[in-house]
Amino acid sequence: MKIITANRLLDGEVVWLGPQDTWVEAVGEARVFEDTEELKAVLGSEVVSEERQEVVGVYEIDVEPKDGSIVPTKLREAIRALGPTTHPAFGKQARAGGRAA
Amino acid sequence: MYRYDEFDQEFVNERVAQFKDQVRRRLSGDLTEEQFKPLRLMNGLYLQLHAYMLRVAIPYGTLNSKQMRKLAHVARTYDRGYGHFTTRQNIQFNWPTLSDTPKILEELAEVQMHAIQTSGNCIRNVTSDQFAGAADDEFADPRVYAEILRQWSSLHPEFLFLPRKFKIAITGAPQDRAAVQVHDIGLQLTQNEQGEVGFVVFVGGGLGRTPMVGRKVRDFVPEKDLLSYCEAILRVYNRYGRRDNKYKARIKILMHETGLDDLKQEIETEFEAVKHTFLDLPREEVDRINAYFAPPEFAALPAVSDVFEAEKATNPAFANFAKRNLNGHRAPGYTSVTISLKPIGGAPGDATDEQMEVVADLAERFGSDEIRVSHEQNLVLPHVKLDDLPTVFKILQANGLGTANAGLVTDMIACPGMDYCALANARSIPIAQEISERFEDIKRQQDIGDLKIKISGCINACGHHHVGHIGILGVDRKGEELYQITLGGSADENTSIGKIIGRGFPADEIADAVEKVVEAYLQHRESAEEPFIETYRRLGDAPFKEALYGTA
Repeated sequence: MKIITANRLLDGEVVWLGPQDTWVEAVGEARVFEDTEELKAVLGSEVVSEERQEVVGVYEIDVEPKDGSIVPTKLREAIRALGPTTHPAFGKQARAGGRAA
Repeated sequence: MYRYDEFDQEFVNERVAQFKDQVRRRLSGDLTEEQFKPLRLMNGLYLQLHAYMLRVAIPYGTLNSKQMRKLAHVARTYDRGYGHFTTRQNIQFNWPTLSDTPKILEELAEVQMHAIQTSGNCIRNVTSDQFAGAADDEFADPRVYAEILRQWSSLHPEFLFLPRKFKIAITGAPQDRAAVQVHDIGLQLTQNEQGEVGFVVFVGGGLGRTPMVGRKVRDFVPEKDLLSYCEAILRVYNRYGRRDNKYKARIKILMHETGLDDLKQEIETEFEAVKHTFLDLPREEVDRINAYFAPPEFAALPAVSDVFEAEKATNPAFANFAKRNLNGHRAPGYTSVTISLKPIGGAPGDATDEQMEVVADLAERFGSDEIRVSHEQNLVLPHVKLDDLPTVFKILQANGLGTANAGLVTDMIACPGMDYCALANARSIPIAQEISERFEDIKRQQDIGDLKIKISGCINACGHHHVGHIGILGVDRKGEELYQITLGGSADENTSIGKIIGRGFPADEIADAVEKVVEAYLQHRESAEEPFIETYRRLGDAPFKEALYGTA
């Protein structure tokens, strides 16, 4: 299982590609790719192009299902999805409703 | 301290305007990310894991209260209420937006600050002794020369696209508090037999994936030749430094591959060509810059302060602070105060906007309006009357700034690690926090004595782990954080690179491992007067290996 991530150009916010081809701020809302060919096609498409001035640094990451949602498998990506582990008051983890989960 | 002249101010203002336009063009799509990235990096703006990061230069770690208040304002207004002081004596803000950055830079320019050359393959912020101009063991104030080097290196047309970044450090005291031997150029102020001022010059020191101690290329470069000699070194590096492999591009690799004698010869040949030109440093110019760094007028005070002694006798917390956080001052009745940014369980080097305001107030009221940032990620009030210290300490203590641990086991350097940094392979801050909590007991810390732990979250070694008495390097092993321990590193006048002691430890075992190393030291030291590094140098690895692995 893979999803596509990037940082938003304007403020650096971590985002993931959502089901509507828009960038979403919560990893749980990301569009999940089970099919490698489909993932490749999207990664090569206009949808994720940096030239749209929306995001920078587009790449794919591995995720796994957890508690009815998905979580990144690598620690680095888990930290991106939540915020600094040392500062629970900052980053997505601090936001209401645990949207990052 | 140095104040901008019209040229400096105009240059910084122009640069802000230029960057503002570059951001505008980036956001409108006229510049691609590929085109924009080097431009933003030249202005200290990185993109990290969660957000942009702005690194603001604090030349040789010196600032005044007005500048500190501006940093507090930036933290409060554009960031999340804190800043992170770094090993290059700079400050990093972890959460600014791209769109706010031109405004931040505009505000910084109002107090003569900027983020130029805090990134990129150029000459970076020149670092120095945090006690410069105050220390009782100082031969001459290194900031004068650091400022001259800053002016020479700022937008130097030949040296903006070097093979790799280039770092210079300078010390004016025999006790090296600026880690000069692990810099691309390390300068040690000295005098020759005729009593003339000059510099011992080290070249090719550095940490990162290939740590090396700088090699001495000259015992004495006269003051007037400082810029010519540095220009010669940079020219040789710019010409021969490798550009094919960024991991082999620093001057330390050139030194290693060329050899000391040959590289020295190249430098001397180039020096012959550039000396006695416009780069000669006239005495009048040194005097002019020197005037900016004239010490404040010190009151005539007795060396012993009754107020200070009385407080020490009755307030144990103050006595602990006085034991560790003061450095001998050139003027009787004065001291330099280290404000530890390493509270127990805290993130090393972080300060809140309120704390920055407190330090600014203290500097203004009690410290001749001067503040320093140390490469060990602490703040310093360089000129404080011993008489005022009880009051200063009370205020520090009330604001979480009174930790009495300067130079002790909990006064660690740690890079931001994988909690923030896009390059990191492992976290650093939580490791520092756990070790800090483990050694919380101040009596135990004092018993252990001088001990420098330095933690990096990747091989780039921003946390200086190679020169920690105990160094900790975080690596990624099959998706898990693993921490390697090095022992015996040091970044003072007896610089050495630490040696890896053995296999690494997972995150939940590294604090135990550090504790075992410390216990082994306590067991094997000759007396309480023998610090960790001396015990290590006397005995080598064996007792520590035994303690960690049972395999001496």
